[in-house]
Amino acid sequence: MGIFSFKKNKDTSTEEEMDQEKGFWTRLKGSLSRTRHGLTDGFASLLLGKKSIDEEVLEELETRLLMADVGIEATQSIIENLTNRMQRKQLADGNALFAALREDMIQILQPCAQPLEIDETKSPFVIMMVGINGAGKTTSIGKLVKRLQIENKRVILAAADTFRAAAVEQLQTWGRRNNVDVVAQQRNADPGSVVYDALVAAKARSADVLIVDTAGRLHTQTNLMAELKKIRRVASKLDDSAPHEVLLVVDGGVGQNALNQALQFHEAVNLTGIVVTKLDGTAKGGILFAIAEKVGLPIRFIGMGEGIDDLRVFDAAQFVDALLDTEDD
Amino acid sequence: MFDNLSDRLGQTIKRLRGQGRLTDDNIKEALRDVRMALLEADVALPVVRGFVEKVRERAVGQEVMKSLSPGQALVKVVNDELVTIMGKANESLNLTTQPPAVVLMAGLQGSGKTTSVAKLARFLKEREKKSVLVASCDIYRPAAIDQLKTLAGEVSAEFFPSTIEDKPVKIAKAALKYAKKHMIDVVIIDTAGRLHIDVNMMSEIKDIHQAINPVETLFVVDSMTGQDAANTAKAFNDALALTGVILTKTDGDARGGAALSLREITGKPIKFLGIGEKTDALEAFHPDRVASRILGMGDILSLVEQAEHKVDREEAEKLAKKLKKGKKFTLEDFRTQIQQMKNMGGISKLVDKLPGMGDVPNQVKDQINDKEFNRQEAIINSMTPKERVHPQLIKGSRKRRIAAGSGTQIQDVNRLLKQFTQMQKMMKKMSKGGMKNMLRGMKGRMPPGGMPF
Repeated sequence: MGIFSFKKNKDTSTEEEMDQEKGFWTRLKGSLSRTRHGLTDGFASLLLGKKSIDEEVLEELETRLLMADVGIEATQSIIENLTNRMQRKQLADGNALFAALREDMIQILQPCAQPLEIDETKSPFVIMMVGINGAGKTTSIGKLVKRLQIENKRVILAAADTFRAAAVEQLQTWGRRNNVDVVAQQRNADPGSVVYDALVAAKARSADVLIVDTAGRLHTQTNLMAELKKIRRVASKLDDSAPHEVLLVVDGGVGQNALNQALQFHEAVNLTGIVVTKLDGTAKGGILFAIAEKVGLPIRFIGMGEGIDDLRVFDAAQFVDALLDTEDD
Repeated sequence: MFDNLSDRLGQTIKRLRGQGRLTDDNIKEALRDVRMALLEADVALPVVRGFVEKVRERAVGQEVMKSLSPGQALVKVVNDELVTIMGKANESLNLTTQPPAVVLMAGLQGSGKTTSVAKLARFLKEREKKSVLVASCDIYRPAAIDQLKTLAGEVSAEFFPSTIEDKPVKIAKAALKYAKKHMIDVVIIDTAGRLHIDVNMMSEIKDIHQAINPVETLFVVDSMTGQDAANTAKAFNDALALTGVILTKTDGDARGGAALSLREITGKPIKFLGIGEKTDALEAFHPDRVASRILGMGDILSLVEQAEHKVDREEAEKLAKKLKKGKKFTLEDFRTQIQQMKNMGGISKLVDKLPGMGDVPNQVKDQINDKEFNRQEAIINSMTPKERVHPQLIKGSRKRRIAAGSGTQIQDVNRLLKQFTQMQKMMKKMSKGGMKNMLRGMKGRMPPGGMPF
């Protein structure tokens, strides 16, 4: 489950409410099923016929965490912790190991589980989306707009991706579908000027939220990163505190490089949050641990499908539970 | 790409290089480092295991133990195995079929399919002199068809129009029919990004594949993909019988593990690398060269090819002739050289491929960038043609004007002029006494140790 084409989803999306806890639960589990199978299939066979936990099991566990893209440092800290407890004989059996693992993993993610809060005193509240090419910025914006609309916010979009062919059209299509104004200029226009226009328009139309879509760029390209800094500067021209939120969009399928992306973008434009996308197909999700451990930025949303309402608030415990769940479904 | 992997492997190997003898202990330690380095680089675990095992077997074998310098021999083993994993030689597109040759692109969302279609179209037009038709079967993502249309215009490939009301299979078939009728050599079919576990979408692309029977089915993968790269590649390979892989976004700082995993898991060669945002940023993939780049031994071959390709030979010959005749090297010539350098992707891209660069500390590498060249070009641009030929004219007020015109300081102008005078002297020596004199002139100006070639 989890993947629908837009066409199918267009009809059903309106009916679905955002906080259907149960539906969400199954959905998350379904979406993460590949991750979970990668991790837990192994656990089951790992623990089968074992009365106690030995070094070998921990080593196998380490391998599996690495394979799920958890990252060397996060993995080592988890393993070290488990080793310590094992030596203190606190981990008697498989269940205890499980509980300990779950606890450790939640502990790493918990500080990062901070939902995005729209400050109502700011008008407009400016959100800037940044990320590398193909991370899913524009798609995430579409989903974010839907969320905000349900909260009765007036949203305006700024099409500041003036580089990629048809990026403006892509955003405009999203805008039309959701009845949202899109401020755009022609291709290759200066993105800073688009943002300024959009700010003026947003103020004039007294919008609550302005979302700025930027062109995808590799974090290693100095000039493009400088351009991003400029966009940020321009955004603060009319309102000193803007942009109020700078979200980095990271492809969940990306391996350890996601860390570099987070670090570099953070250095350039001072990120305030992260959106992790495409967690519906990949065996990973482990990258979240590495991001939490090394960067410590709030993880705002996770994207789990192509449907317009497949953007979810990140919840550490649920995420870990869905990841570690051993029940058969 | 590959930088971090090179660093890690380089350290390991350096430690071994000095060892007169290899013992079980230091081999074991080295292999553990290699394993960690590969895992950190996102090489898929099964591939890492196989790799380490093979290296271990050969390392304890006669060939390494008996050699005079076991460290070096081990480097060779690692290098050999890297090449084996990535495939032996470069494999280009196989378009020998009755035209039109059909190329089908497949991959996950956001891997860079549409951009790669445009790059490939340009590549085939420019290097192979083929006529190319591109068509988009992506009826799902908003404006995907527009994107391809715009890109096709940019690379002047023919675009087969389609709309989101059409069925993907029909679009592909119609494009093929059109190509047959209009005698087009190559048809490239772009498809929507899809997940390998999405049954409906996978069966859709299977249908397209069946309907058009492509000679090349290329899997487009983001080089930053983590452990999952191998899984998705395998799933796509099982569904579509891929013929090759395009690895994209390799201009980032990803460690390139995907390159190692893909070939090993699918058995299909990587054919191209996407190396930038522009439509000409596509490079044929040479496993042996990449392996030597990973081990920090440079990639001179690619460098030479790049130079052949991008440097305007006429310009270069003109300058050589001019100098031979005893004419002066002017600021105009200097500017042309800067532009040629930029054409090749700037100095930072060149440095990447030089041997021995792995040992240069990162801080130093970061200082090598194209800013200085851009500034110098701007300064020369702000001079009058007369000043460029007779730089001795440039005195106080002219300097002030040039600095203001190029947005630099007078000191920058001075520095450029000084540098230019030195270059002029060197060129003079070269035109008189050839290379020998020039090298003598350069002595002491090169960093200690010099270049290792």
